[in-house]
Amino acid sequence: MEVKHKIAPRFKIKIDRELCRHCKRCTVNCSFGALIYNGSQIVADPALCVACQRCAIMCPQDAISILPGEINYAPHPTFNDRQRRIIFEQSSTGGVLLTGMGNDLEYMSIFDDLLLDACQVTNPSIDPLREPVETKTYIGRKPDKISVTEENNRFVLKKETYPHVVLSTPITVGHMSLGSLSYPAMLAILRACKEMEIMAGTGEGGLHPDFYQYGKYINSEVASGRFGVEPKYLKNVAALEIKIGQGAKPGHGGHLPGEKVDKLIAETRMIPVGTDALSPYPHHDIYSIEDLQQLIGALKEASRYKVPVGVKIAAVHNSAPIASGIVRAGADFVTLDGFRGGTGASPRVIRDHAGIPVEMAVASVDQRLREEGIRNQASIFAGGGIRYSADILKIIALGADAVMLGQSVMIAMGCRVCQQCHRGLCPWGIATQEPQLVSRMDADVATQRLVNLFTAWTEEIKEILGAMGIDSIESLVGNRDRLRYIGSNPHIAEILDVKHVGE
Amino acid sequence: MSTQTQEKNASEITLDAFREGKPLTYRALNELIHNAHDQGYTTINIKNVFGQRFICAGMEGPCTVNIYGTPGNDLGVFMEGPTINVFGSAEDQAGNTMNAGKIIIHGNAWDVTGLAARGGSIFVKGNGGYRIGIHMKEYKNKRPAIVYGGVVKEFFGEYMAGGALVVLGLEEKEGKWMNNTALPIVKGSLGTGIHGGIILVRGEVNPELLGVGATIQELCTKDMVILKRLIKEFCKYFGVSEELVFKKEFTKIAAGSSRPFAHFYCVNPI
Repeated sequence: MEVKHKIAPRFKIKIDRELCRHCKRCTVNCSFGALIYNGSQIVADPALCVACQRCAIMCPQDAISILPGEINYAPHPTFNDRQRRIIFEQSSTGGVLLTGMGNDLEYMSIFDDLLLDACQVTNPSIDPLREPVETKTYIGRKPDKISVTEENNRFVLKKETYPHVVLSTPITVGHMSLGSLSYPAMLAILRACKEMEIMAGTGEGGLHPDFYQYGKYINSEVASGRFGVEPKYLKNVAALEIKIGQGAKPGHGGHLPGEKVDKLIAETRMIPVGTDALSPYPHHDIYSIEDLQQLIGALKEASRYKVPVGVKIAAVHNSAPIASGIVRAGADFVTLDGFRGGTGASPRVIRDHAGIPVEMAVASVDQRLREEGIRNQASIFAGGGIRYSADILKIIALGADAVMLGQSVMIAMGCRVCQQCHRGLCPWGIATQEPQLVSRMDADVATQRLVNLFTAWTEEIKEILGAMGIDSIESLVGNRDRLRYIGSNPHIAEILDVKHVGE
Repeated sequence: MSTQTQEKNASEITLDAFREGKPLTYRALNELIHNAHDQGYTTINIKNVFGQRFICAGMEGPCTVNIYGTPGNDLGVFMEGPTINVFGSAEDQAGNTMNAGKIIIHGNAWDVTGLAARGGSIFVKGNGGYRIGIHMKEYKNKRPAIVYGGVVKEFFGEYMAGGALVVLGLEEKEGKWMNNTALPIVKGSLGTGIHGGIILVRGEVNPELLGVGATIQELCTKDMVILKRLIKEFCKYFGVSEELVFKKEFTKIAAGSSRPFAHFYCVNPI
């Protein structure tokens, strides 16, 4: 039962009254209702402000600043401002706190404790502007060995190869569904992936008929709710991925709040308008590793063995044996989603406190698969808060074949990480279904921004590879020797199998 | 390479799931079935089916498949359109995530039948196991339905978002249909988490069996139309009289709210 309680607002909306011309554009733009016009001036309700910055950017006079809230509590490291607010809100509402995007607590980043190598003297660097540096990446099962026969003076492969996906660069977009994202945001992602010749995930939203044309660049997700899973979804795409978990909420199911289930979403997911789209915690036909093998088998049968079928798990304790089981169950790729991964809606307590860093998961999974002699049977995708090209290079050196991006893609499209995705009020038109807000998202602009981002990162990857004297990204996969650890915990370096700087 | 074809007229083919005294692997059998379907056969008979899984996985378009024996798990998984007649019992997950089509089982069908079904219908003559119809969905005229003639176990209709589940509590003994002696015909956690769709149980339901968010409600005219249509079809397939079925009144279980878990969450920003 709700018991309201007034608490200090997090932010203060400062309006420069001399500059403000009363155009009221800010009142229209704020989707959270924090700004209204009372007849004579703009009035702000800071309790509703979430620092999305929409008003500040859209004000033609630059008259608005979003500042930290002014009421200061006596400092206390245990009951800091955030902790106090958590207790205030939960005692007011009795509810599980929901949030969006990725972990916002200050856990150390292992990426930031790793440094990349470069060639000096002992072997020459390669200049990627003048010589080819290959970023092409092949996803899927690789044969244990190549056998060829000679036929008509040509060498021909004797054994069948397995289905695979070719990426022009080791970057893919992770699973963000139509429903959690708006239609133009989804369209921009698919168009950008087509232009870059990489892959994007569908999330658990099904595949809108308008997007069938991008099938070659699509990775269809089969999650526990089975939303949108129909033969067309399975047959005209590049890859299939069973979602067991997600970094932002390990062990938890999916949750698309009823506010975001409008007619379009209801139709694609096949549930009543306004209902919460709930995905069960486990797949109800996967209660063991043998059951997972069964679902992989079912998908391979349904797709007639034409596409790679993979499995995504949240990075958790024992990711290594879990991944080994997944590969032995027949998966052609394993996706590891670290604890910093984003989401459209998750309980805050799970998002912020469950899972492990993807850096550790990838390193241990790659090592375990190599030790068991099955590393070639599956590719590894890594994701969960990948921030820039340096993270991509480091995670590949730790053992991943490619990355999947979520939050960085959102930010490229205009997201300010205000963490309100679950309310369906995204003022940038990215994570909402409200028509008035969706119309703010220009798919053409967003497509170009994503292509720019992926191109820039690919160029940076080539720069670093060239500096390392490596001419192909495949030579960096699992190449731990090109990393050095500069952190303060040698045990981490040991688990990563990365030498300490100076060694 | 197979010499499995036997009788063959313009549109019918019979396949043997046994070869040289051993059952075919599921992959080999399904390849034969898909090839027959691709070649345009409209009726595919399969005899000696011995637990092969994934039969008719992802199969699209109209086609009648008659299975003699026991199909394995995931019969008709992801399928859209075929009619499958099973002359035997099915195992788990029959009709898993099916989109359209029909499965008619002249026997039992055990756990998780019709998981996440999105359309089409499943008629089972006998009994079922746990979690039948879990997370079924519906949208406009795509309304899946599952009808069981016998009794079922716990978690019937868990997490339903749409569609119709019916259980009758009857059985056939020596050619005669009568009320099933096993009572109750449904077990606990009935409809737990339901937020759409209807469950229709022939006879009374002890409210203690209801799961989270499931409530007993009055049948309305629309429900009766659906029920009558489903019972008519069921009776046609299995030779029961509609009169016997409607001798008892049906209890309707449906969602108390379309958002049974909304009050658990707090969306206020912190």
